[in-house]
Amino acid sequence: MSTETKYSSGSNLEKVLKSGQFAFTGELGPPRGTDVDEVREKARFLKGHVDSVNITDNQTAVVRMSSWAASLIAIDEGLEPNYQMVCRDRNRLAMQADILGGYALGIRNMLCLSGDHQQFGDHPDAKGVFDIDSIQLIALVKQMRDEGRFLSGNEIHKPPKMFIGAASNPFADPFEWRVHRLAKKIEAGADFIQTQCIYNMPKFREFIRLANEEGLTEKVYILGGVTPMKSVGMARYMATKVPGMDVPEEIINRLKGVEKSKVAQEGINIACEQIEEFKAMKGVHGVHLMAIEWEHMVPQIAEQAKVLPRPVFD
Amino acid sequence: MIVAKRKPFAEIMAMLEGYDKVLNVGCGTCVSVCLAGGEKEVAVLNTELEMARRLQDAPLDIQGHTIERQCDREYLAELDTMIADGKFDALLSMACGVGIQFLAERYPRIPTFPAVDTTGLAVNQAVGWYEERCRSCSQCVLGTTGGICPITMCAKGLLNGPCGGTNKGSCEISADQPCAWFRIHERLSGQGRLDAIRKINTTRGWNDQTPRNLIQPGYKKPERMAK
Repeated sequence: MSTETKYSSGSNLEKVLKSGQFAFTGELGPPRGTDVDEVREKARFLKGHVDSVNITDNQTAVVRMSSWAASLIAIDEGLEPNYQMVCRDRNRLAMQADILGGYALGIRNMLCLSGDHQQFGDHPDAKGVFDIDSIQLIALVKQMRDEGRFLSGNEIHKPPKMFIGAASNPFADPFEWRVHRLAKKIEAGADFIQTQCIYNMPKFREFIRLANEEGLTEKVYILGGVTPMKSVGMARYMATKVPGMDVPEEIINRLKGVEKSKVAQEGINIACEQIEEFKAMKGVHGVHLMAIEWEHMVPQIAEQAKVLPRPVFD
Repeated sequence: MIVAKRKPFAEIMAMLEGYDKVLNVGCGTCVSVCLAGGEKEVAVLNTELEMARRLQDAPLDIQGHTIERQCDREYLAELDTMIADGKFDALLSMACGVGIQFLAERYPRIPTFPAVDTTGLAVNQAVGWYEERCRSCSQCVLGTTGGICPITMCAKGLLNGPCGGTNKGSCEISADQPCAWFRIHERLSGQGRLDAIRKINTTRGWNDQTPRNLIQPGYKKPERMAK
C-alpha cells in the first residue's frame, strides 16, 4: 500500500502503517480480578517491543477486568492499546458510551469483534446481546469518526477519532467466502485487519493471493496473526479444540521432533520463520503476535524476529 | 407450530402444593401435535400427580379437559360452566405460554400454573423432534438469506455472518449445530445468488422489544376493548 500522511486518528499504529513500515503488535489479557500490578508487569514486557497492544475484551467469554480499564493502565505504562470490543456483552448504547469514554481518556485504536459465544465461558447461561454484529460495529465506529454522528443520527460534540481494526479468519469455511467477508469489513470501514493465528501457510498464501487479486490489500492493512506454540499439547489442543483453527500435522510433527526441553524454542523458531515470510509477502503489512500468557517472552521473540527497534514518531 | 416441553415433575408438584382440587387444561392444537400438552399428555400427567400426592398423604382431586385452542375465547368459553366458583382451587395449563395466559386472564380469581415450558416456533423434523426456525422478530430477512433464518439459527443472531467460529459447517457452540451462515452461503451459492449477502446488512432496529399488538388492515379493536 502506498504511504500516506493524512491520519484519521492520533494512533501510533496508524503512523507506523501509513509510513510503510512493517507493523508489530502484541496482546495483553486483563486479569480475573483487580490486580493492577499484573497488568503493569505484562505491559512492561511489551513496551518498546510492539507498536500497539490488543487488550482483550472478556476473551473466551470469561469475566475479566474491563478492556477499557486495562487499556488505560497500558497507556499509563507507555503502551498504545488496541481496545478490543465484542458485540456479545453490550448493546449499541453501551458500545457508543464506551467508545466516547475510551477516546476521551486516550484510546486511539479499536478492534471490532463478534466475540466468542457466552456458552464457552464462565457464565454460560448469560444472555448474549449481539444487538449489532462486528461488521455493523465497524460501520458504527466509522460513522462516529467520519460523520460525527451517533447511530441514531444525532450529532456528537467532539467525535471520537479511532483507527479501526477488524479480525479475519482466513481458515474458516467456506474458504471462498473469506475474501468476500474481508471485503465487507473493508467496505464497512476497517482500516486494519488482524488475522486469526496462522499455522497453515499454504492456505494463508492463497488467501492473500485472492485478497491481492481483488485489490483488497490496497484498501486495508493486514497484520498476520502469529501465536508461537509452547508445547505439543498446546498444538494438539489448537488443532482439535479451537473452532476455526487450522493446525497442519507438519507443525505438530516438527514440535514432536525436538527434545522436550527445546519444544518451546522450536515453536518460537516456527513463528519467526513465518514472520520472515510475512515481511516479504505482498499484501501483508505487519504481524500481530498473540503470545498468550507468554508476554515475558515477547522481547526475545521480537529480537529473534528482527523487528526491533520499533519506529518512534514525534 | 408452537412447541413446548413438559416441565420437570418436581416443579409441577411444588407449584400445586397446598391445592387439592385442580383442573388440568390441555390444548388440542400445537402442543398436541408436538406431544407436550394434548389430551393424552393431560391424562398421563394427572395420573402421575394423583399417585405422587397419594404417596404424600395429600390426595389431589384432579380433573382433565382438553379444548381445541386455549388462545381463542370461543373455545375457552366451554370451560365456564365447568369452572364454576369454588369447584377448583387451582388451574394447570398444558398449553403454550399464550394459552396459559389467556386461561389465567379468563379466570382471574383462580391461580393458574404452567405445566409446560414453551420453547419456540419449530418444524417437525421427525416424530418427537422439533427444530426451532423462527423467533418472530417482526422483520423477516429470509428473502436475502436463502430461506434460512440467521436470527434463529445463528447462535449470535448475526446479520453478516459467518463469524470466525464457524467450524467445518458447524457452529462454534456444538458440532451438532449447523452453522446458519455456512448453510446460507451454500444455498445462495447453489442458486447463483451470493450477491444477496455480499452487501452489508446494516444495523436493524429491533421490533420485538415492546409488547406487540397486531391489527390487520381493515380491522380495529372492538369498541368495548378499546380503552
